[in-house]
Amino acid sequence: MKGYRKYFTKKIVWFMVTFAAALVLNFFLPRLMPADPVAAITGRLASGMTDATAVSRIYKQYQAEFGTDKPLMQQFFTFLGNLTRGDLGTSFSQYPRKVTDILGSAIWWTVFLQLPAILVGWLLGNVLGALAAYIRKGFDKVLLPLTLFLSNIPAFGMAVILLVVFAVNLKWAPISGGYAFDMIPNASFDFMRSVIQHYHLPFWSIVLISIGGQAIGMRSMSIYELNADYVKYARFLGIKDRKIVRYVFRNAMLPQVTGLALSIGTMIGGALVAEIIFNYPGLGTTMYRAVTMADYPLISATTLIITVMVLLSAFLLDILYAFIDPRVKAAQIN
Amino acid sequence: MKHKIRKIFRSPLFLVGFGIFMLMLLMVLIYPLINPGNPLQSIGLGNFARPGTYVSLYDSVGSQRSVLRLPEADSKRVASLLGQEDRVKMAYWLDVTGKDIEGLNINDTEALLSAWKTHYDGKERPAGMTKADRNFYERLNKRLVAASNAPALSLSETDPASGETVEKGSIGKDDYVNISAVANVKTLPLGTDNFGRDVLKELVSAAGTSLVIGLIAGTVATLIGLWLGLLAGYLGGWVDDVIMFFTNIFTVIPGFVLLILISYSIGQDQRGATTVAVVIGLTSWVWTARSVRSQVISLRNRDHVNLSKLSGHSVLRIIWRDILPYILSYVIMAFILQVSSGILAEAQLSLLGLGPKTTEVPTLGLMMNWAMLYSAHLNGSWWAYFPVIMVIALISFSLNLMNTGLDQVFNPQLRS
Repeated sequence: MKGYRKYFTKKIVWFMVTFAAALVLNFFLPRLMPADPVAAITGRLASGMTDATAVSRIYKQYQAEFGTDKPLMQQFFTFLGNLTRGDLGTSFSQYPRKVTDILGSAIWWTVFLQLPAILVGWLLGNVLGALAAYIRKGFDKVLLPLTLFLSNIPAFGMAVILLVVFAVNLKWAPISGGYAFDMIPNASFDFMRSVIQHYHLPFWSIVLISIGGQAIGMRSMSIYELNADYVKYARFLGIKDRKIVRYVFRNAMLPQVTGLALSIGTMIGGALVAEIIFNYPGLGTTMYRAVTMADYPLISATTLIITVMVLLSAFLLDILYAFIDPRVKAAQIN
Repeated sequence: MKHKIRKIFRSPLFLVGFGIFMLMLLMVLIYPLINPGNPLQSIGLGNFARPGTYVSLYDSVGSQRSVLRLPEADSKRVASLLGQEDRVKMAYWLDVTGKDIEGLNINDTEALLSAWKTHYDGKERPAGMTKADRNFYERLNKRLVAASNAPALSLSETDPASGETVEKGSIGKDDYVNISAVANVKTLPLGTDNFGRDVLKELVSAAGTSLVIGLIAGTVATLIGLWLGLLAGYLGGWVDDVIMFFTNIFTVIPGFVLLILISYSIGQDQRGATTVAVVIGLTSWVWTARSVRSQVISLRNRDHVNLSKLSGHSVLRIIWRDILPYILSYVIMAFILQVSSGILAEAQLSLLGLGPKTTEVPTLGLMMNWAMLYSAHLNGSWWAYFPVIMVIALISFSLNLMNTGLDQVFNPQLRS
């Protein structure tokens, strides 16, 4: 454990720094824009109103609600203070529900959908990529273009295609939502069954999308490793192919873990949009509703939560990496 | 250089990708010449007209007629009247009333009709059937009888002077019009969308706009990433530290989130296609910066660079003459990927409702967004969304193929 301490401390410090940066960006970016978000919201609400004093009263009220009439730094500290108390403001579109209340349920739908889907996609992709690298020939020739094409169908496109084929035409799965519309979330068996029925299509659309990219990466990594000197040397020594392959794929896997850590943000982004297609009750759909309803506090909170999710998963992958790659430990001890 | 280019054009992956991309580009450039006009013009009233050829009913009535007696005309006419649901219901009636329908195929119109004609009796009251159900069968029967008898339709016109309706002629069931004699015939290969716009025309224009968005986003991202990477890698020291600090932060903070925040804050009115493209570029330079930096670091202590330094060349000149040529292939590959991810980013942004302003130009993302808003995927209007998905997939597929091809040429280890 000793060798890891330095590595982990470094990673935790980085995590804190990026988190702080994310907070600052999340707060200041919208406020640095030339357009005044409060004015935009007032404009939408007051469209059609002719009474100028009424419009300005609405504007004033929202200004007070957001605190935009105060200096920027003071606003930032209020924001931080509220954040430590777990208060992300009040939703506009679902007034008077708290933003944290809305996101509290949405976040679990997203986590339980995306985490398994991305992991399964990553595993399947790596196995396919490794096979393509090892077998080469026809397998490689057919599979590579196919996976390349598959990985280039956008996540929402795959979602629509699966939805139309399996839900609308074949009627194997329900069309939208996370559970049957006539149910209230509870712990009953019926509800769980409904959730699982609704789970399939979003899950597979994310899996299918992530397979392609991973397979291609794994394939080139494996080919690279298969040509490495240690493989040739091992062959000279007469070590069995099966044993060599195990080492090769272990080495090829390592960059794939880093790759996953670095691309997890993009993957989550794509999967969030796929959620919209299925009207899945996760963060993606929440964000979509928030955008269409111009619910500013909700948008800002959702982006913050997504950022934290991405940061956390990247952080966890970094930690995991340290355990599977002994070189990390060696580097820290020296 | 010449040798490399020749090698690139011998790579099959690159060639296929290049071919697909050029085909799309040609389509974008040439189609508007064949079919000019505003792609956003609504030509159809009502939404989602099926793909196909539309013949003006009004004009065809007045056109030169020929009489053709085609043997299958009657059964085809009746068949076109019978939907799948009607067929199932007919079989159901026959079954419920205990008629012998063993081996009856409901898609065989002729057999179904003859069984229906021999067995149907409006006075019969099948068990469990309501009056409404019986009325439905009566109406269906009436329609079928009318279709197979096909009485001539009379054409009449209202005399503006007297207000009387005067018969002008009639249309028999054997009257045909040559399609080339009809003045107004319009082929809509991909039908119309929810606003009644010609989908193909819109799609071509949208593909063009999206390509431009991708190019702008790719250029912005590559330029920023290239310069930051060069500065960080070549200068090192505190410049490197500062740049890498920000690069590391933006590697983990998802660009997608920044994109949403910025796009929302800009507001719908300010969001033109160009603005969206620039914003996409501004949030996706990280990868280029990282990899350019690491390449430059490995280059900056090479002999030819040191020689250049000793000769007193300026930093800019060294970067331009001694470093850029070595990383050019890499930068081009990164640029290609940026273009394809820029197009995808626009589409995702539009699906969230944060895409470019809707009134000026169509983009692939906006078309997708409209199709989803009007539930094209639920009402079977595949032509409104499927071609859009395929165009996005094909563009990024071709760009990625080109990239993989280049990769194999520049990194020979990947071949073998």
